[in-house]
Amino acid sequence: MGTFRRMAWLEVKLLVREPITLIFTFAFPLLVLAVLGQVFGNTPDPEQPEVFRGVGPMDYYLPGYIGLSIAAIGLIALPVHLASYRERGVLKRYRASGLSAGLVVGSQAAVGALAAIVGAALLTIVGFLGYDVHIPESVGGVLLGFAASVVCFGAIGVLLGAVLPSARAAQGLGLMLFFAMMFLSGTDGPREILGDVMRGIGEAFPLTHSFIVMQDPWIGFGMNLGRLAIVLVVAVLAGLAAVRAFRWE
Amino acid sequence: MRTGRSARCIGTPSVLRSRGRVVSEPVIAVEHLHKRYGDTVAVDDVSFEVERGEIFGLLGPNGAGKTTTVECLQGLRRPDGGTVRVLGLEPQAEGDALRRRIGSQLQDSGLPARMRVWEALDLFASVVGGEVELDRLLEQWGLADKRSAPFASLSGGQQQRLFVALALVHDPEVVFLDEMTTGLDPAARRVAWDLIRAIRERGTTVVLVTHFMDEAERLCDRVGVVVRGRLVALDTPPRLVTRHVPEIRVTFSADVPDLSFLSELACVRTVGRWGRRVEVEGVDPVVALVANALVQRGITPEGLRVDQPTLEDVFLRLTGEIPEEA
Repeated sequence: MGTFRRMAWLEVKLLVREPITLIFTFAFPLLVLAVLGQVFGNTPDPEQPEVFRGVGPMDYYLPGYIGLSIAAIGLIALPVHLASYRERGVLKRYRASGLSAGLVVGSQAAVGALAAIVGAALLTIVGFLGYDVHIPESVGGVLLGFAASVVCFGAIGVLLGAVLPSARAAQGLGLMLFFAMMFLSGTDGPREILGDVMRGIGEAFPLTHSFIVMQDPWIGFGMNLGRLAIVLVVAVLAGLAAVRAFRWE
Repeated sequence: MRTGRSARCIGTPSVLRSRGRVVSEPVIAVEHLHKRYGDTVAVDDVSFEVERGEIFGLLGPNGAGKTTTVECLQGLRRPDGGTVRVLGLEPQAEGDALRRRIGSQLQDSGLPARMRVWEALDLFASVVGGEVELDRLLEQWGLADKRSAPFASLSGGQQQRLFVALALVHDPEVVFLDEMTTGLDPAARRVAWDLIRAIRERGTTVVLVTHFMDEAERLCDRVGVVVRGRLVALDTPPRLVTRHVPEIRVTFSADVPDLSFLSELACVRTVGRWGRRVEVEGVDPVVALVANALVQRGITPEGLRVDQPTLEDVFLRLTGEIPEEA
């Protein structure tokens, strides 16, 4: 696996050299955390317990910010990266040199997963230290939900990167999807206060399900197996579609 | 006429093989290759063979189908018809195995902008599990001081040198160079030509795609001329010139009233004169015979000049031929 290790390590270095991606992946969710942490704090509101499911706003939101960080990688960073590789003929060159598609996509997905782990760790540490976020009720459940979400958005990222013709197209569509999901998945304003239509739309977004499969075990509602199944099905479908749709140029 | 000529050209290597003692498989064998993009025919019934150790050129105007042809050879495109074998492998079915044994400098390809020179060499070398002596390689390709430079910061010539180095990093048996000197300044082109000769010195077979006549003429052992998807001629550059544009023009100045003795030479076609200036047109060996005839008569030609046709003249004649027949 010498080539895979080399390529994955190279992708890590390239990511570190790309400040815009770094900012969007790590700094943006942290900024949202800091701003909303300032606004809401982490004290449950006894007047309106239904808004934040009876827990403090930061306990409610933190799994959502982790979801945002994962979504930023899957919807923006990965597709833009892959599409720009295709656009600039990098994929063509790799292929002509005997580097397989699995190797190229796999190394990028691996680096995306690594970035998601780093992003989640940063958010969690800042949440614990700065905003008194509570330790998850079920650490195992949260990790399971996190892993499923990473795989799901990794597959979506590869799919988008496989079908979108240019980095510009990937960036446009990615940002649109990212913000639509951010607002309608409960990660920026609880789903509990959204109207029925908005909530219905939110149900169509994988981020909604990813958010809940991390939030439920975090704040003591146990694992939401139905939504976990949805996340995994989306992962498999997106992954299969990506394999079929993948083009080198 | 044209097809007949092509067929004869294609026959040349096999004739050589049957005559020679060493019977070696051609490194590349293409038979009746066809490739369409929608309604556009990109490659139309192209056949040729490339022998081990040769520099084989594919020459033609932009959009003639040269790149499509070599991309089919590398398994990067699926032919619509015909058979292709490279190193005995079928590029579509055995592409991965093939691509480990060939090197490729592709047109319209790139590397990540922030990837460094040494990182690219290291990555590409690892494909076949080979350890590379990075320093030697960087030195050899004149990239030693660019070792840690990001790809995007390299000049056009440096990028091309890196691409060639990458194409050769795993010691391939065949290397495809597609328009490698396009966009280079004249000095950088000379350097690139030296590099190509150096590649051949290592025993690597080179397939060179170019639309520069001088490049093909200087470098290639044999050249296939591709026009509108068809291989219209294939031979060594000198033989292409002799066959397709045989006319040689000899001009000189002399005070001789009667030049009919020149017209009587078998190889001379026309003799013209403007005052002292004489222009003789003929076919090989017109230069030697004219000079000899003059010297025998004690005439010293002043300012003797020979205009030899080049591959460019062949090219113009061949490309001009197509519309009439179409």
